Amino acid sequence: MFKNISGAEAVIRCLIEEDVDVLFGYPGGAIMPVYDELYKFQDQLHHILTRHEQGATHAAQGYARSSGKVGVAIATSGPGATNLVTGIADAQIDSTPVVCITGQVSSNLLGSDAFQETDIIGISTPVTKWNYQITKASEISEIFAKAFYIAKSGRPGPVLIDITKDAQFEMLNSFEYQKCKKIRSYFSVPETDPESLKKAAELINEAKKPFIVWGQGVILGNAESEFLNFIEKTGIPAAWTILGLSAIPTDHPLNVGMVGMHGNYGPNVLTNECDLLIAVGMRFDDRVTGNLNSYAKQAKIIHFEIDPAEVNKNVAVDVPVLGNVKNTLHAIMPFLNKKNHTDWVSKFSEYYAVEFEKVIDGEYNKNDGGLSMAEVIRVINDNTNGESILVTDVGQHQMVACRYTKFNLSKSNITSGGLGTMGFALPAAFGAKIGDPKREVIAVIGDGGFQMTIQELGTIYQSKAAVKIVILNNNFLGMVRQWQQMFFDKRYASTEMVNPDFVTIAKGYFIKAKKVEKREKLNEEIREMIEHKGPYLLEVVIEKEDNVFPMIPSGSSVSDVRLE
Amino acid sequence: MKKTNYTISIYTENNVGLLNRISAIFLKRHINIRSITSSESEISNIYRFIIVVKVDDDKIVKLVKQIEKQIEVIAAFYHTDKETIFLETALYKVKSKSLFNEREIQNIIKESRANIVTVKPEYFVIEKTGWREETEELYKKLKKHGLLQFVRSGRISVSKKSMEITKFLKSNKDE
Repeated sequence: MFKNISGAEAVIRCLIEEDVDVLFGYPGGAIMPVYDELYKFQDQLHHILTRHEQGATHAAQGYARSSGKVGVAIATSGPGATNLVTGIADAQIDSTPVVCITGQVSSNLLGSDAFQETDIIGISTPVTKWNYQITKASEISEIFAKAFYIAKSGRPGPVLIDITKDAQFEMLNSFEYQKCKKIRSYFSVPETDPESLKKAAELINEAKKPFIVWGQGVILGNAESEFLNFIEKTGIPAAWTILGLSAIPTDHPLNVGMVGMHGNYGPNVLTNECDLLIAVGMRFDDRVTGNLNSYAKQAKIIHFEIDPAEVNKNVAVDVPVLGNVKNTLHAIMPFLNKKNHTDWVSKFSEYYAVEFEKVIDGEYNKNDGGLSMAEVIRVINDNTNGESILVTDVGQHQMVACRYTKFNLSKSNITSGGLGTMGFALPAAFGAKIGDPKREVIAVIGDGGFQMTIQELGTIYQSKAAVKIVILNNNFLGMVRQWQQMFFDKRYASTEMVNPDFVTIAKGYFIKAKKVEKREKLNEEIREMIEHKGPYLLEVVIEKEDNVFPMIPSGSSVSDVRLE
Repeated sequence: MKKTNYTISIYTENNVGLLNRISAIFLKRHINIRSITSSESEISNIYRFIIVVKVDDDKIVKLVKQIEKQIEVIAAFYHTDKETIFLETALYKVKSKSLFNEREIQNIIKESRANIVTVKPEYFVIEKTGWREETEELYKKLKKHGLLQFVRSGRISVSKKSMEITKFLKSNKDE
């Protein structure tokens, strides 16, 4: 218990109690009392000054996803708060545990259009798991405890706490902190119906052509080993959504690749041939399912899911299994027969062979003409042994990097999946590095997205976060250009970019940087980048008009996946 | 898809901003709220919202799950009109002159089983509680004689089957 402390100090004490060691943010008028306390507590709480508040939320997301802890972002009222919103929305749709703290004008000024007043509670409501405005210092301890509990428990998500300036100044006679373990109106993890486990097991044991699609629920539930046991006992081929990537090693014989718009050929086509589809911790996003009217209609469907609102939302399921997949996948094991589905698994290999010949070989093992994005990823693979963290932005490079990067460790793929936020990667990358400093973090970013948060190079320089940045530069907003080529008769409206010299810009921030245009130099330059101790930027000039295939055109069926 | 009138009952904590959070769920799905009322429920400090919407039959379950997912929502239920007992209250403000001058008004009030709430020299106020059709019928009849003001409440409703809200509160055990 502490006596006679200010609300601002109470905020700091709450963060320390929640084992927060780093926060990402940007100061300003309405949050200054908290920053004043941060100054006094800098030996316990490390503050990373981003160059824009959007960078603070993305960094907090990167931190949360590499460390498994709650990421914290802090900003002032008004524009500081509104600048956080894109990152909050991204965290909401990708279930990332983040606590955002915003300053607010004094409570007597609320509603008066005071300087830098904005209704951030109203603005953030649809994109937060929970939010709350503190107007009295006495509320701080309880609200922070709830915020961290809500952000991390059940299906994780972002929480925003808005604190009026007078509450930060207000003195508390005494301050005590108790972690929150329960909220009476909130059921973080739904109860599992034992019958559902038995029914699911029956379907799994009977199935001739079962197929698993797993999502981020496996990673968020720390259920990687339960999931491996599950697929290995049942012998069922398993494919990942973009956020499920890295939960099991790339080279596992039952890992058959990615589903969805730019997923692998086999998993997409065979979605419409399996007799049982087992969804594990995923939410049937439209980029995964394509046209719902022709999605897995022939199959029975089992859905292992923590969020009851996701069950039967997009796809009607036969057997929902509610609960944390760590528990449900463990609990179902005794009911499952040991099996293998050799013939069925080999069908995926057959489709892979077709995809390899028509798509993969030409770009992954390219040896003439301009550089391809895929071969850059191949060379990165050759130099990282599947042990680095991949952070990607949004667009063609993201699809290629996720398709081809080899992973041996979980929590290694950090990308903006649901929201598709360009500008995510650079701040998320140093957040990820700070969240797990021992691991190599490689950010693969397009030339478009890089320029959306390019100022965060300043944060990287100041914080000395040893992030490796690979810009795949085709001087185009490549994904939009691909759609223009395929669906808008090549009318390239506002997608060609006249870019600055990225190397010069990086050098302006005192970050070591190089540019590579030739195939013969690629391996050497990437090795140099990885061996470098500090942050490093490598610009790779790639073929201007490459397309990403396979592709399920928007609104088409998964079985109509195109290879060219 | 068939659209049906549903009454959604939402039990919540008593917090600032919760109405905004609930209405945002309808906004995001472009669903118009037909009526909404809120008051303290049978349990002290737990509030109950009654929201009436007309939506596709396959949407209502998803909608209610999204509402229930909100942290401070304890439980949410939905019912068709047949599954609830519901009423609305309407107030009609009429010039006193017309009450005394036109005998028909007195008959209308009697027949509709409306109550006279207050009578002043300039105006009087009639209250009618019932189904929408009933308050609407009275509105149409009185309108001919000149209404100074008319207001109708949102629907209030109780379900025929029990909504075991206390069960929800008790079952949320420590983790």
